[in-house]
Amino acid sequence: MLSQQITTLIDKELKKYPADQRQSAVMAALRFVQDEKGWIASADMADVAAYLGMPQMAVYEVATFYHMYNLKPMGKHTLTVCTNLSCQLCGSGDTLDHLNKRLGIGLGEVTPDGKYGLREGECMGACVDAPLLTINNKKMCGRLTSEKIDQILAELDKQ
Amino acid sequence: MNAPIILNTQHFDQPWTLENYLKVGGYQALRKVLTEKMSPDAIIAEVKASGLRGRGGAGFPTGLKWSFMPRNYQGEKYLVCNSDEGEPGTCKDRDILRYNPHMLIEGMAIAAYCMAVKTGYNYVHGEVFECYERMEAACEEARKAGYLGKNILGFDFEFDLHNHMGYGAYVCGEETALLESIEGKKGQPRFKPPFPASFGLYGKPTTINNTETFASIPYIIREGGKKFADIGVPNSGGVKLFSVSGHVNKPGNFEVPMGTPFRKLLEMAGGVRNGHKLKAVIPGGSSMPVLPGEIMMEVNMDYDALQKAGSYLGSGAIIVMDETTCMVKALERLSYFYHEESCGQCTPCREGTGWLYRIVHRIEHGEGRPEDLDLLLDLCNNIAGRTICALGDAAAWPVQGMLKHYRNEFEYHIEHKRCLV
Amino acid sequence: MINIEIDGKQIQTENGSTVIEAAHQAGITIPHFCYHKKLSIAANCRMCLVQVEKAPKPLPACATPVTEGMKVFTRSEQAVKAQKGVMEFLLINHPLDCPICDQGGECMLQDMSVGYGGGHSRYHEEKRMVLAKDIGPLVSAEEMSRCINCTRCVRFGVEIAGQMELGQAFRSEHAEIVSFVSGTVDSELSGNMIDLCPVGALTSKPFRYKARSWELSRRRSVSAHDSLGSGLAVQTKNNQVLRVLPIENEDINECWLSDKDRFAYEGLNTTDRLTKPMIKQDGKWQEVEWQVALEYAANGLRHIANGAGAEQIGALATANSTLEELYLLQKLMRGIGSDNVDFRLRQSDFSGDGKQQGAPWLGMSVADISRADRLLVVGSFLRKDHPLMAARIRRAVRKGAQVNIIHSADDDLLMNVAHKAIVAPDALVETLTQVSKALAAEKQGQSASGDAAAIAKSLASGERVAVLLGNFAQQHPQAAQLQALAQQIAALSNGKFGFLVEAANSVGAHLVHATPGSKGLNAAAMLAKPRKAYVLLNVEPELDSADPQQAVAAMQAADLVVVLSAYKHHATEYADVLLPIAQYTETSGTFVSAEGRVQSFKGAVKPLGEARPAWKVLRVLGNLLKVDGFDQDTSEAVRDEALKGVDVAAGLNNAIGGVEAKALSAAGGLQRVADVPIYSTDAVVRRSAPLQATADAAIPQVRMHGDELKKLGVQSGDVVKVSQGQGSVKLFAVADDKLPKGVARVAAGHTATVALGAMFGTITVERA
Repeated sequence: MLSQQITTLIDKELKKYPADQRQSAVMAALRFVQDEKGWIASADMADVAAYLGMPQMAVYEVATFYHMYNLKPMGKHTLTVCTNLSCQLCGSGDTLDHLNKRLGIGLGEVTPDGKYGLREGECMGACVDAPLLTINNKKMCGRLTSEKIDQILAELDKQ
Repeated sequence: MNAPIILNTQHFDQPWTLENYLKVGGYQALRKVLTEKMSPDAIIAEVKASGLRGRGGAGFPTGLKWSFMPRNYQGEKYLVCNSDEGEPGTCKDRDILRYNPHMLIEGMAIAAYCMAVKTGYNYVHGEVFECYERMEAACEEARKAGYLGKNILGFDFEFDLHNHMGYGAYVCGEETALLESIEGKKGQPRFKPPFPASFGLYGKPTTINNTETFASIPYIIREGGKKFADIGVPNSGGVKLFSVSGHVNKPGNFEVPMGTPFRKLLEMAGGVRNGHKLKAVIPGGSSMPVLPGEIMMEVNMDYDALQKAGSYLGSGAIIVMDETTCMVKALERLSYFYHEESCGQCTPCREGTGWLYRIVHRIEHGEGRPEDLDLLLDLCNNIAGRTICALGDAAAWPVQGMLKHYRNEFEYHIEHKRCLV
Repeated sequence: MINIEIDGKQIQTENGSTVIEAAHQAGITIPHFCYHKKLSIAANCRMCLVQVEKAPKPLPACATPVTEGMKVFTRSEQAVKAQKGVMEFLLINHPLDCPICDQGGECMLQDMSVGYGGGHSRYHEEKRMVLAKDIGPLVSAEEMSRCINCTRCVRFGVEIAGQMELGQAFRSEHAEIVSFVSGTVDSELSGNMIDLCPVGALTSKPFRYKARSWELSRRRSVSAHDSLGSGLAVQTKNNQVLRVLPIENEDINECWLSDKDRFAYEGLNTTDRLTKPMIKQDGKWQEVEWQVALEYAANGLRHIANGAGAEQIGALATANSTLEELYLLQKLMRGIGSDNVDFRLRQSDFSGDGKQQGAPWLGMSVADISRADRLLVVGSFLRKDHPLMAARIRRAVRKGAQVNIIHSADDDLLMNVAHKAIVAPDALVETLTQVSKALAAEKQGQSASGDAAAIAKSLASGERVAVLLGNFAQQHPQAAQLQALAQQIAALSNGKFGFLVEAANSVGAHLVHATPGSKGLNAAAMLAKPRKAYVLLNVEPELDSADPQQAVAAMQAADLVVVLSAYKHHATEYADVLLPIAQYTETSGTFVSAEGRVQSFKGAVKPLGEARPAWKVLRVLGNLLKVDGFDQDTSEAVRDEALKGVDVAAGLNNAIGGVEAKALSAAGGLQRVADVPIYSTDAVVRRSAPLQATADAAIPQVRMHGDELKKLGVQSGDVVKVSQGQGSVKLFAVADDKLPKGVARVAAGHTATVALGAMFGTITVERA
């Protein structure tokens, strides 16, 4: 079952689209599920399908097509590091190495305490701030250095 | 340097507020259009006079595109803004979204008026959530102030704008993939024809422009198309935002007239980092062929000059690489990108991009074969121009560009199983 | 019309068509995979790239509209290079396991790689592996690495079957065809995905590794499992049917086949197949020679006729018997002096007999259904009773037609239904009456509200209206009234009306008068007033009759039961002689479809064991009983005799008059709503193991509105006791709020419910 909080958010999103185009809200609906649960299970997809009146398979296609959806449990704080060209030129390799060392996990992995997850991202459209990472797809941190990453982790540790 | 036209609120602490936008003449163009009851033809004429070409990368003349919308169509029509900025190197629209959202809203409102559209969508790249929130807030602000919604500014004109967030698919920057995505589907591009002007969002006539394109409209209407055109050079009118990233001291977005020499832009970006030497530049976003530094240093940033030099202006994203850059490694990353971001729909791109990547990957990892380079070029020929959308070309061009100018580096890698640089 | 040129050939083609359509019309082949004339355009395989004059790049022929004066080159250097380039890409990740692939020999990829593939591969990287999927008992998705992502299967699901059970998940080269959470594909049309799959990714699970396609012989046949008359290609090896494929006919099944038609063959040769004549002596069954069994049967019948009287003999047949068989059966009965012959075993209202002007039929052509713009379907489990008819209607709806439903159940038809009235069985007549009245009022310019009025309004706005009565309506105790009302509604909306028709040869059975004359007893009466002897042709009384309790009781009470059957079924308990007859794949014969299409077919294999075609068995019985006119040498001779002087078109007539209003006896309690599940309709499908493993063959439940369950103090999922007459069964109760209140839906025709009584009437449900 989708939580009331999620359905409220979906309902708000639905107002953006024609009444007979509920499917348009599927991307937002999946995002809300992920925001609440950290990832999207197939049961959630079925719930979203029922709520929007679309085939379950169509929800699954969407969930597997867009890369920012987590199809398995990720950390409480999922860090997505861009490794595309501008970031690579500006040291995203070092960013990953540092996170690797600090968190003890590689790409696609979650720390044993479930606190951090690490993902590789594609171009985030903020290349002048390279190297970059996002936290839970919400907050973007740029011009990363080892010190700055340590600061970010210290902040997150407090949450 | 003239005062900025697009990022004209940067001097405020909070450049994004309606209040500050109004201080720099915001929404005057919309008011002018409504007060003077400008005809759609007159608006299109101004836009044509401005020489404005699509700022997303394809460079299609905007005025002409607007004229394709059916005038007498009964029923819903849509206006869509493509803010799905994900072409590596490109991040200009992000600054419009976060610093000057009302300029986009105003530009879209004018376009909506011109094409008699009541509903617009702004598709925001998934990774820039903060920009999406900023846009949501700006739309709400505009709605409350009467710049969106029914009876805009008291006139019999209705237009509302909604933001739709992407969630990690580069291909949605392709306009028909973007429409599919708004419809709640996978972002797989549609084959054309039919074009969006006849069969667009929800099957209705739709016009799609890039963020920067829309943001250029208020100035064009307020000051006249000719004035905008005169800022640039022939066939490349107006100003353009250039994102300069990579090996420069001060990466950033720079708003300059079309035709500005690359040399000058590099200077604005603080020059090549720490005294390193310029090696190569991708001048228009990662899909455009790379050009050697020495060529770039003589090139002006406009459509014709770059095409003459062997590349394209694209989205105006400049990726600067210094002499420490391994071109094989750079291409490996780009090829990986196009392989991962292929929508998987049509054969040449789905199968070909993975093949390209694997060959470049092998070369980078010392497992290249002498015949690989010709194979790469042949595969590029079999991908480019054979796909539903331009992603096939986008995957092929970087390979072709790299091999045109840096074939020796690839050969060195293959022969010596290590890097030349 | 538009003039274009393809490969130098001048072609006239319709405006709006595509290059590939124009080329195919002109007999020019353009290689393709994703394109299929019945599916939407995907343009994703890129195999059909061709050169077009003035176009800078090769264009996909499937998605390029023709324009006046267009010049297309399908074999130019540019075109061929593009096609070869695509072929190379298609093959790099393909496993090339043709030697062990079921598709081998009939594979589009294999065929086209001969023309466009290279002699060696330039691909030296690792091939992609795609994991096998289990999507159910019919379609094998074991080797998904072979998939070329043409998405034909996905588009078929969405556009033809009406449900998106398969999709293309993930992207880039990770894209793969999957079902949601590894679920099964349950569509009753799923087998068509096998035909559509241009490679060996989706193959037939029952046929898997049974034979190479080139080893199979192929015979034309006609479906025995529903009334559409679908063309079948029956494929055999070593005298065994190994596969059934559709034969394309745009006016009938198009290029499709229902799963029932496709996989029923697996039920042909089961272990309970009757292969030797048997007689019961001293309570024991013994295999005997044909002559012995036939004489035993003939003597028995003669004895009853001479003693108790011929009217004490009744003959029952199912309507998937051939025209020839039904003709000889009624001829035999009439020859020995009995008028008691009938095939309408699930019908309960015979008050229309004598008032009905001809054989009940579709009332229009099958193709007319696709052209209808307004439809009213009354009393039909449409999708399951008539899978391809439903698909036709679905497509009409996608093109803008409105379909309206009046029924006692509300199964998802996987199409947009304009309006529906879902009412208990005893309210069907009233609902139709309201629609008729509302239509009359609509003609006077008056509008009313409510479901019936909405339906009337929809019909009134149509130009080509079709009113269709389903099996449920035909089996209904007020069937004649429903028919008369449908006739009225069709007249008021200037439309046509007809029956969807239950079985493969129901229309044929009427045409050859396998029905009682004025002196005879109909199927229900023959069981209600038990006869001393019965002849059963292809009948399993407890599964094929409207009231299994009554049917079994009648059989058990009879002195003589002569069974002509392909199977050694339940009849061993009450029969006296079992005569093994050939399946429809083992004999020649004729079916007359719902639209009145007379289709003859030949046997594809020899009868199993000592089984003989039923028409021959009946002929010998006729001879033994000394009835005249049983000298036919061939089934064709029987057919010609049966149809001699019969004007089929004139014989089809749904018109009915003088129907008396008859209220249903107002018994309290729940009314039974009984469907015959799709894989329970006839003896063959009931025995097809793969069909019986599908979701559609699940053990019936009792379904009721949640409020009804609550009244009984029962939870959804509880086991309940369901009773009718002297019998009761235990079934799972399931809440289904789409059902009207006051009804309990319990399927008939299934072993789990044979202990119950009539398909209509009251039924008791209580806590177990």
